[in-house]
Amino acid sequence: MSANPDIALPNKRAKKFMLVNRRPPHGSIYAQEALEVALIAGAFDQDVSLAFIDDGVYQLVVGQDTQGTDSKNFSRTFRALEDFGISKLYVERESLQARGLDAADLVVAAQAVSAQALGELMARQDVLLSF
Amino acid sequence: MVNGDPFTHQAASTAYHFTRAALQKGHEILRVFFYHDGVHTGTRLNVAPQDERDLPRLWRELGVQYGLDLAVCVSAAQRRGVLDASEAQRHGKDGDNLAPGFRIAGLGQLIDAGIDAERLVVFGE
Amino acid sequence: MNMLHTVSKSPFGHTALETCLRLARKGASILLIEDAVYAALRQTTIADKITTAMKELSVYALEPDLRARGFGQGQVIDGVKLIDYDGFVDLVVEHQSVQAWF
Repeated sequence: MSANPDIALPNKRAKKFMLVNRRPPHGSIYAQEALEVALIAGAFDQDVSLAFIDDGVYQLVVGQDTQGTDSKNFSRTFRALEDFGISKLYVERESLQARGLDAADLVVAAQAVSAQALGELMARQDVLLSF
Repeated sequence: MVNGDPFTHQAASTAYHFTRAALQKGHEILRVFFYHDGVHTGTRLNVAPQDERDLPRLWRELGVQYGLDLAVCVSAAQRRGVLDASEAQRHGKDGDNLAPGFRIAGLGQLIDAGIDAERLVVFGE
Repeated sequence: MNMLHTVSKSPFGHTALETCLRLARKGASILLIEDAVYAALRQTTIADKITTAMKELSVYALEPDLRARGFGQGQVIDGVKLIDYDGFVDLVVEHQSVQAWF
């Protein structure tokens, strides 16, 4: 193992990590702390993707203004994920539709996929983190 | 990965029983990473009522018995007031509460464990 | 190898089981633990969902959690397999990955 835990061994196959988000932002800290994991994960040269399902899709809603609350507005950080090595964001289409949302409502370009397609993607992961 | 606190939710208890069963079967547990409210499992200041299980203590004892790496996420712990002596001093706090056998660790340790372990199981609430 | 899905919340108060069933693919296993064990009971309005799911998935329930809640083998949907923590460990080893729904 490398002495510096922040450098992935170059001769090890990159693992597929999927971070699964099902909770909305601000009502609890889960969404924010999940994003903190994502930012670190991106630095490890692994194959990282984020999935947003159920109320998790609300994390990506554009135009969040937290000034009147004690919550941190971390939604803009989703736009910077590519700089942190993460470009694969998936939202479950059924979850979007149930909430009357579409791609235009989201702060970042996330790929809307069906439950079936997302389930198949999940089944191909090595590590699944949920928050 | 243990994401639930040991008092209010069952997640830390399920994680404990799973971990113990795995160890008894001869499996290796690379790391137990405590995140979100799971960081409270690392307190040494809880007082368990007489007729209730003291889950933080059970985890400490399991850690000693098997030499477990019980890692408490630094950022989640700071937010929730779970500090070791050096963190407490660094942040000007007048006390610390991290139990022996637990250590403060960065989120990179979670990703590292995911890379190195054959399986990663999340216990959430 | 297939996936293992753990569900730990009651189907009556949370969407965890419903979403799990929507995303789980054929051949996967579902393990009901903690409050989700209520989904293993024969007498509920969602028992049919479990029975239907079992056409494509294996469904297990953690027996200690069922007993703690006052239920046992006799009240469980036919085909749902009761296991203990040793069995939980075996399931994790036998499956490629684990997704936790809560």
